[in-house]
Amino acid sequence: MSGESLGSVRRAFAPWTDPDAKPFVCFKGVTKRFGPVMAVDAVSLDIFEREFFSLLGPSGCGKTTLLRMLAGFETANTGYIFLDGVNISEVPPHRRPVNMMFQSYALFPHMTVEQNIAFGLRQESGVSKAAMADRTAEMLKLVQLEGYGKRRPNQLSGGQQQRVALARSLAKRPKVLLLDEPLGALDKKLREETQFELMDLQMDLGLTFIIVTHDQEEAMTVSDRIAVMNEGRLVQVATPGEIYEQPKTRYVADFLGSINLFDGTLASRNGAAAVVETGAAGPLHVLIDEGTELAGSATIGVRPEKISIGFDRPNGAGRLNTVKGEIWDIAYYGDLSTYHVKLSSGTIVKVTVTNTTRLVERPIGWDDEVWLAWPPEAGILIAE
Amino acid sequence: MNARLSTFNMVSLVAGFAFLYLPIVILIIYSFNESRLVTVWGGFSTRWYVALFQNQQLLDAAWVTVRIAFLSATVAAVLGTLAAIALVRFGRFHGRTLFSGMVYAPLVMPEVITGLSLLLLFVAIGLDRGFWTVTLAHITFSMCFVAVVVQSRLLSFDRSLEEAAADLGCPPVKVFLVVTLPIILPAVVAGWLLAFTLSLDDLVIASFTSGPGATTLPMRIYSAVRLGVTPEINAVCTILIVFVTVGVIAASLAGKWHAAKAGRV
Repeated sequence: MSGESLGSVRRAFAPWTDPDAKPFVCFKGVTKRFGPVMAVDAVSLDIFEREFFSLLGPSGCGKTTLLRMLAGFETANTGYIFLDGVNISEVPPHRRPVNMMFQSYALFPHMTVEQNIAFGLRQESGVSKAAMADRTAEMLKLVQLEGYGKRRPNQLSGGQQQRVALARSLAKRPKVLLLDEPLGALDKKLREETQFELMDLQMDLGLTFIIVTHDQEEAMTVSDRIAVMNEGRLVQVATPGEIYEQPKTRYVADFLGSINLFDGTLASRNGAAAVVETGAAGPLHVLIDEGTELAGSATIGVRPEKISIGFDRPNGAGRLNTVKGEIWDIAYYGDLSTYHVKLSSGTIVKVTVTNTTRLVERPIGWDDEVWLAWPPEAGILIAE
Repeated sequence: MNARLSTFNMVSLVAGFAFLYLPIVILIIYSFNESRLVTVWGGFSTRWYVALFQNQQLLDAAWVTVRIAFLSATVAAVLGTLAAIALVRFGRFHGRTLFSGMVYAPLVMPEVITGLSLLLLFVAIGLDRGFWTVTLAHITFSMCFVAVVVQSRLLSFDRSLEEAAADLGCPPVKVFLVVTLPIILPAVVAGWLLAFTLSLDDLVIASFTSGPGATTLPMRIYSAVRLGVTPEINAVCTILIVFVTVGVIAASLAGKWHAAKAGRV
């Protein structure tokens, strides 16, 4: 499992693994300060053509500033931004071949839907009236809003406004489409539908999409690659699978999904696995690279769904990491249940189980004594 | 809201309105007085309105006033809008507090002081007093009203609209003309109407800064009243009241219309 493929393989598209591939958008040592605040701190990042790329992080991490610098609304204090090999650091926003979809949609309230969509085309010289009308109609069809062209933005629902904003930002066929929290204002169901529509659209049009989001599920769903940001820096740039299954730092592990972290010291080697002495759960086994020095402190992370739970102590290979505890809390979600198990050390371990059967002979209840187990390859060694 | 007004509320409402508007109503009624004496009712007549339109002095004064009001309101609308943009958009530039203080000072400055200081200035630089000095003075004091009205509109303006326009390839000046201005236009129009009515009924500043040949209507009325009120003056005042009322109502409607439009977004 480890080393071969992490998470689901979405498509055979991975230019970032090809050392000869030319990046389409390239940040080189970009820094942006707002007074004493470092909004973006020495970010270097390559994004490839036709990639669906996410900038993910909590609010204030600099992801929006990075996007706005690419659009030209903010100027970097140091560093350069290249688009398709051209340095665009000094180019004003109205001359950049990128378009942005705004979080607030920013639809012009005094114009109709059609006028909003045609706005970008009208700024170009040499676009005939007929061509403009054709493109506008095409865009309306693309976002399934035929017949809404004569309406004003304030006569549309939130979801429809979102589509108009999308159509407007796509009308000029930009080289790169920037999306700033594009689905933030939609309710959950609509947001999930729209995520898939965005993915299909990006595939069909063959465009490069860069999306800013604080919603980790959204980033995982739509992206080819995700850049996790914190305090103005890139923490990890990788595919959703890698980010989830192989987080480089404690921060990334904790930010995406849920994880149990055990702090300890690297003690010895047991075959392909290293033994980490943890205060919370005793000695734990985790897979380790050949050359790693067996000393110093280390953290083991285990995702809740990779831990098995039962009344009996497991036998065989599963015995390497076994811990006893008692049920402290149960969160029942219908499809899943999350058990909070209290170990004898007092540490709470989260375990997620899929409820595959409707009737269980003896369900796990509060205060039950249970055994937790996971194989060495389920753990993540975070060397921080 | 209460469906029924209590007696107390009813009385205070009537008393309040009477206090404010009874003098004006009396003035309007007596403008249709047949009698030459202002205080004695001699039957209904429109003869003073007829007399008014034959009084060349009054008509000249009215024409001067309207021209000054139109010109000063237009210039004040432009300058006031620019001042509001500078105050809202340029962030914390050097001397911002001083600038905003100076823009708003005429709002609270006693008119006598504004008028006197302008008079001294015009005398000092040797500007002949007349039509242009009154216009300049009116621009000075009505500009701040426009700035206040436009500023409040700009504060609620979503900057991402301008960014979106720029993002779609629109150069900065055009962004202002096709996006910003149409959206803040109701506030600019309201400011213009306010400046227009302020100029129309200003007496104090005009008295200080006017010269021969540029007597405004309020000045003419005031000087006529000193010789004794005639129903003719009542008639002029009635017309002036109609003008100002229409202006104020139009200004508030422009604001409401816009608020209603924005509210639906």
